[in-house]
Amino acid sequence: MLKIRPRTIVIHLFAWGLAIGWLFPFVGLAMAAFRPLPEIIGGWWNFDRFTPSLTKFGAAFNAIQLGLRNSFLIAVPGTLIPMFVATLAGYGFARFSFPIRDYLFLTIVVLMTIPQQMVAIPIFRIMFGLGLANTVLSLVILHSAWGLPWIVLFMRNFFSALPKDVEEAARVDGASDLKVFFKIVLPMALPALAAVAVLQFMWVWNDFFFSILLCPSNPNCMPATVALIRTIGQFQFDPGLLAAGSIIVMLVPVLLYVLLQRFYIRGMIGWTVKG
Amino acid sequence: MLFVAFPVLTTIGVSFFDANGHFIGLRNYQQVLGSPDTINLNGFPKPPPYGTLINNALWIVIHLPLSMFLGLWLALVLREVRGSSWVKTAIFIGMVTPLIVGGIMMLYIYDGSIGIVPRFFDTIGIHSLGVGWLQRPTTLLFGLIFGSVWLWTGFSMIVYSAGLTTIPKEYWEAAKIDGTSAFRTFTQVTFPLLKPMTIVVFTMSILYELKIFDLVYGATNPQGGVGGAADVLALQMFREAFVQLPANYGTAAAVATFLSLLTLAATVMTIRYMVKR
Repeated sequence: MLKIRPRTIVIHLFAWGLAIGWLFPFVGLAMAAFRPLPEIIGGWWNFDRFTPSLTKFGAAFNAIQLGLRNSFLIAVPGTLIPMFVATLAGYGFARFSFPIRDYLFLTIVVLMTIPQQMVAIPIFRIMFGLGLANTVLSLVILHSAWGLPWIVLFMRNFFSALPKDVEEAARVDGASDLKVFFKIVLPMALPALAAVAVLQFMWVWNDFFFSILLCPSNPNCMPATVALIRTIGQFQFDPGLLAAGSIIVMLVPVLLYVLLQRFYIRGMIGWTVKG
Repeated sequence: MLFVAFPVLTTIGVSFFDANGHFIGLRNYQQVLGSPDTINLNGFPKPPPYGTLINNALWIVIHLPLSMFLGLWLALVLREVRGSSWVKTAIFIGMVTPLIVGGIMMLYIYDGSIGIVPRFFDTIGIHSLGVGWLQRPTTLLFGLIFGSVWLWTGFSMIVYSAGLTTIPKEYWEAAKIDGTSAFRTFTQVTFPLLKPMTIVVFTMSILYELKIFDLVYGATNPQGGVGGAADVLALQMFREAFVQLPANYGTAAAVATFLSLLTLAATVMTIRYMVKR
């Protein structure tokens, strides 16, 4: 016989109410994007007149579509390149001992805490010096370099938790280091790699500081986060347009998170708690 | 190395030179720490601007405990709730939203005529808070901090939730049999066992609060809003190097180095704890 206590009901009502309340600001943003401004003056929860339309979304998409394209052009290689390098390096740290390993490792941890502002001036000068300022390539390179430390750390933690028996058995059977890595270790690492991919992709997509540093005004390289501020926000303030643009830009990471939640949470917990 | 280690050293170097390339030792640091942009408490108590360093400190003092304990409390309560994964998903969306969008959202939340927060206070009769929050120094500064709690609480909730699943149920059952009160169970059993999670949330939150940039930029402008009330160190550095004309790389580099020393201190605390363990 299941007993439902008043306390249980209160907690459920509270928790579900809280979840809905927590989303209110997002609802407000959506209302500002879907409805004409005069309708929501005094609060979007007034539904006396309710004439939603998609016109703002169309206009916002037109204004930032180049930015969305650039964001993909930056985030996809900006995820794959550091993943490839860091997976090999992480395996090296975990399996092969060489003398400076621990110091190198500590250095990486310290590098992860450094604010982006600490590298801004020299990076700006280097990219100008190389003629790469205002290109998508400069952001790919920068995000790859910046993502490396944490991915190395993450993969090292993952690899050192893997049992060594299987690898040793394969080695006894005469498999080479490379073969062991690609045929045995890598398949086992797929969930970890998925977690890294989701986290790094979101990090690059959401980045604003590096983007506005290296591409503050050229529409051919600015990613969506900068385009939002520069293309929509700059000249006249149209709340509906800005709201619609914001929703489009945040849709990519939010959808990615909702669909790949398992990997995202595991990645985040993994690199914070186990670190 | 070329894009991380070398720039760090270069920035430290730049912080010792003036605009004409003359070595001036620590004078940039003197100038930064003596500037009202950084610390501005003359005539306190008074409304903001308080300066970037004080603002970052306020971020830590207000934002850290609020988001940490709210997240812990949610993690504890949600254990008993059916469908709690949906509730967690809803709360965690703030963490995956680009922070620049988070900043833009502050414009809508705190707007005098369409914002939910001013409308709420107006309805319950507190008319002084029923106006646009971002147009006044005091409500701007604290509004952004509270708004960020809304975005960031999901982090501590998720970390603590994961931590709670690692604690064997027998611990709580034993406490129940012994007749320990719920409060004592929490302070004597649950919270100490969650110490590793607390360290993580503590460190990551401090780093977030020190490095905060996108949110302030999105909600205000490169000046940090009305009278620079919401200005923070990261924004100050960006402004001095890349917005104002002529740029002052020396003081900007000094701000960046100073900020790095603060984040480094937060991390070293964690490493020391982990090594001790």
